[in-house]
Amino acid sequence: MNDGILEFINVGKEYSGHAVLKGINMDVRPGEIHALIGENGAGKSTLMNILFGMPVIHETGGFTGEVRVGGQNAKIMNPHDAMEQGIGMVHQEFMLIPGFSITENIKINREITRETLMSKFFGQRMELLDHKKMAGDARKALDIMGMDIEEYTKVEGLPVGHMQFVEIAREIDKTGIRFLVFDEPTAVLTESETEHLLDAIRKLAAQGIGIIFISHRLDEIIRVSDRVTILRDGEWVATEETKNITAAEIARLMVGRALTLDRTEGSRQISGEEILRVENLRVNMPGEEVKGVDLSVRKGEILGIGGLAGQGKLGIANGLMGMYPVKGKVTFKGEPLDVANNSETLKKGIAFLSEDRKGVGLLLSSPIDLNIAFSAMEVHGKFIKKVGPLSLTDRKEIRENAEKMAKELDIRCTSVAQNAGALSGGNQQKVCVGRALCLDPDLLLVSEPTRGIDIGAKKLILDLLKSLAEERGMTIVMTSSELAELRSICDRVLIICEGKVAGELSPTDSDEVYGLMMSGVSKEEAMKASGAVQGDSLQKGGAVNG
Amino acid sequence: MNELFRKITGDSSFDLGSWILDHIVSIIFWVFIILGLLVSQNLQLNVFFSELCDRFYRNAFLILSLIIPVVAGLGMNFGIVVGAIAGQLAVIAVRYWGISSEQAGGTAFSGLPGLLMMFLIALPIAALIGWLTGTLYNKTKGQEMIASLIVGYFGNGVYQFIVLFVIGAIIPVQLAHPMILYDGVGIRMSVDMGNVKYALDNLWQVPFAPFMAVLCLLVFLFLIWNQFLRSSKVEGKSSKLSPLLFGVYAVISVAAGVIFLMQYLQGGVLTEVRKVPVVLVLLVAALALFISWLMNTKLGQDFRSCGMSQTIAEANGINVDRTRIIATIISTVLAAWGMIIYLQNMGTLNTYTAHNNVGYFSVAAILVGGASVSRATIGQAISGCLLFHAMFILSPEIGKAVFGQPALGEYFRTFMVYGVIGLSLGLYVWRANKKRELKQPQDEEA
Repeated sequence: MNDGILEFINVGKEYSGHAVLKGINMDVRPGEIHALIGENGAGKSTLMNILFGMPVIHETGGFTGEVRVGGQNAKIMNPHDAMEQGIGMVHQEFMLIPGFSITENIKINREITRETLMSKFFGQRMELLDHKKMAGDARKALDIMGMDIEEYTKVEGLPVGHMQFVEIAREIDKTGIRFLVFDEPTAVLTESETEHLLDAIRKLAAQGIGIIFISHRLDEIIRVSDRVTILRDGEWVATEETKNITAAEIARLMVGRALTLDRTEGSRQISGEEILRVENLRVNMPGEEVKGVDLSVRKGEILGIGGLAGQGKLGIANGLMGMYPVKGKVTFKGEPLDVANNSETLKKGIAFLSEDRKGVGLLLSSPIDLNIAFSAMEVHGKFIKKVGPLSLTDRKEIRENAEKMAKELDIRCTSVAQNAGALSGGNQQKVCVGRALCLDPDLLLVSEPTRGIDIGAKKLILDLLKSLAEERGMTIVMTSSELAELRSICDRVLIICEGKVAGELSPTDSDEVYGLMMSGVSKEEAMKASGAVQGDSLQKGGAVNG
Repeated sequence: MNELFRKITGDSSFDLGSWILDHIVSIIFWVFIILGLLVSQNLQLNVFFSELCDRFYRNAFLILSLIIPVVAGLGMNFGIVVGAIAGQLAVIAVRYWGISSEQAGGTAFSGLPGLLMMFLIALPIAALIGWLTGTLYNKTKGQEMIASLIVGYFGNGVYQFIVLFVIGAIIPVQLAHPMILYDGVGIRMSVDMGNVKYALDNLWQVPFAPFMAVLCLLVFLFLIWNQFLRSSKVEGKSSKLSPLLFGVYAVISVAAGVIFLMQYLQGGVLTEVRKVPVVLVLLVAALALFISWLMNTKLGQDFRSCGMSQTIAEANGINVDRTRIIATIISTVLAAWGMIIYLQNMGTLNTYTAHNNVGYFSVAAILVGGASVSRATIGQAISGCLLFHAMFILSPEIGKAVFGQPALGEYFRTFMVYGVIGLSLGLYVWRANKKRELKQPQDEEA
């Protein structure tokens, strides 16, 4: 069908001086299924954005290196160029219009038209649609994948699995499609749908289409792909024939990095007492859906929650604070807690540091002192003085309290009257911590505390959290995408996968186990597989020595 | 209850509760009109029909101009006010020349040629204004309706400035012209349409009763064709009615046709209804056909794509901003022409106030027909136009019958106009939120 080969030659990308991709080399052959894997932030999406010439790349100064198709520099400056080169994408979030029929969706902006009198004067857009021919084309594309669904059905109400196939049908209906990118195509599918999809992908590859298969499910990669490329922290780690590599090795290559943060065992007072118990928690947080989580937190411990983006780890804390529609049984200090009622949750002594520091956490254009006092004013009525029938804010007390906090938490600012928006990320986070402390919580939920904070300040924030647990006896549940961070201060780490708890790990467990568990492998298997790798490497080591 | 209605409509998923919610505004109006017809003592049927038809001919064009922006995802375009203003500027210009020519003993720009000239002059003005407003809507995505309201007010300001000051002070005019104010600057309060009045209406008029009888026959023939002879163009998109519903419609159309025919033959009260200006009716029909044709073109499909999801349309290479501007231009031009048609039927232009309520009344009318911010059809525009203006005619009657004061009815109809807009918009948001709530976490195992 084609003899071109798709190559990335020494591709790099910086966002305002911060390198997110460095010297990536990768090639995709016609008819090959090439898997691409990496943690969040490993650079997969940036690489694909480059491939499709997305505006986000070219508005931020373009990229270095070259993308070649068939040995020629493809010069892809916008998504249309990518389409011209025969590169298509099946999106993770469906790009389908629910109110349109399958045919209309497959043919969107590529409708078949016929000339009319008006079109002779006013151009192509006045041509009439040829519904019959469009339906015929749609039928053909659906047949290639063995879909027996009627092409005139509305997309609204189709099962997700079918929507995925409509997406694919749209791509293969484009004439001259040569390369097709699947971005986490199985994330939303059931097991049998996944099976069906993998079959379809194999069929497409057999027709000579080169396929880039992005997934975090290692077993699928092993089953379907010919080669696998692993990225980590924006760098190319390895490209291997899939038959020569095991899931455990992929997991190790994906996660494995020198721990940048040392773990120091603290002197925490962890009592056996259970402070929080969550049963069958369901949260409808878009993109981070929680589908039935059970967990229990002991008083005084730091519990880590980890997992890949989109698996639902962020939904847990947000759900407990009632930020999104939530269901489930929550017991706090032995009493049932209505988590949908946010102010009750705060009153009972649970505080939350949101991952969305600028959106939810801070009033950016208000002074630091007010930011610190704000929640306590609302929840506990602190910092308020009564003057007759009026409740007024007590400016003086707010100021004094903020100054005390600034000292205690080491918030670097010229004055507490400064606007919170003027602070650096790390100091903003400290203001958030200060605010949570004013609430005097027994349990602190922390989400992505070091997101957007530079490395030096990260350590400070983590130390601060640790000291809260150690000195004030506060219980902390910390959610983070960075495993190293979780492993440096937590007592236990729960891995969330597909909206459920995949298992509990100790911070000292190996990289492979973490990697495998985040990909949905059960704990026993992960332990076994990683054991095998260690065994392997020992043997290899032995062989070299011998 | 639901079962019965399911049988009637032949739709197995029919739910009476949600059907009522979808059509609540129309239902309120139907109740109101039936009530009005029952309580009004002096209103004669022929007067009612004359009034209703007149208002229909005048306003249908304006209301139809709202459909395309809704389909393209811009919501209700209150900005048709500026389209109407463009039409009025054309009317003023053409009437100025026309009167000048009359004074000189000529006949330039009188009657039909004058009307056509108005259409022609309004076109570029409205297109330019439409392009400007469309650009503004693109800058205020998500707030198009509010932007369109403000555009109306702003356009009004600019228009007042032009007709009150620019004409005369900057554009030289004859001092003694009957349209110009005494001091030679600005246009007078009202502009007489002269013999442009009824230029379209007078082309061909037929009596009301036989016209309606023929219309009923045509509807009946269409129903038969649709039910038995039509081969559906696209598989699965059947336009056939359920047998019961077909029966009901067929009987109604035949019965109405027979009544009109009998009235005509026996010289009943309906023969006194004003004659039908056939050309004007055909023009409205042509616009309706044009819009439905347009919806079948590539451009129409692009309108729909943009209306349903801008992100997805954009991702598939549709130039969303351009498409939205085209939609606004079409709407504005149609509104300008609609205003000219309205004025040729009215006979005089109230220079400073004629355009004021065009936006609100047209939007209210289409909403009464069952349209929403995201969905509008030709049927909704037509039926909304009839229902809304029936309410307009009846409310003084109700005021008189219930409170003994027709003036109260007048207040009441203002209340109805804004009430309808508020209720529809509120219901729309409420229903959208309700749909979102349905997606709350569900117990999968259960």
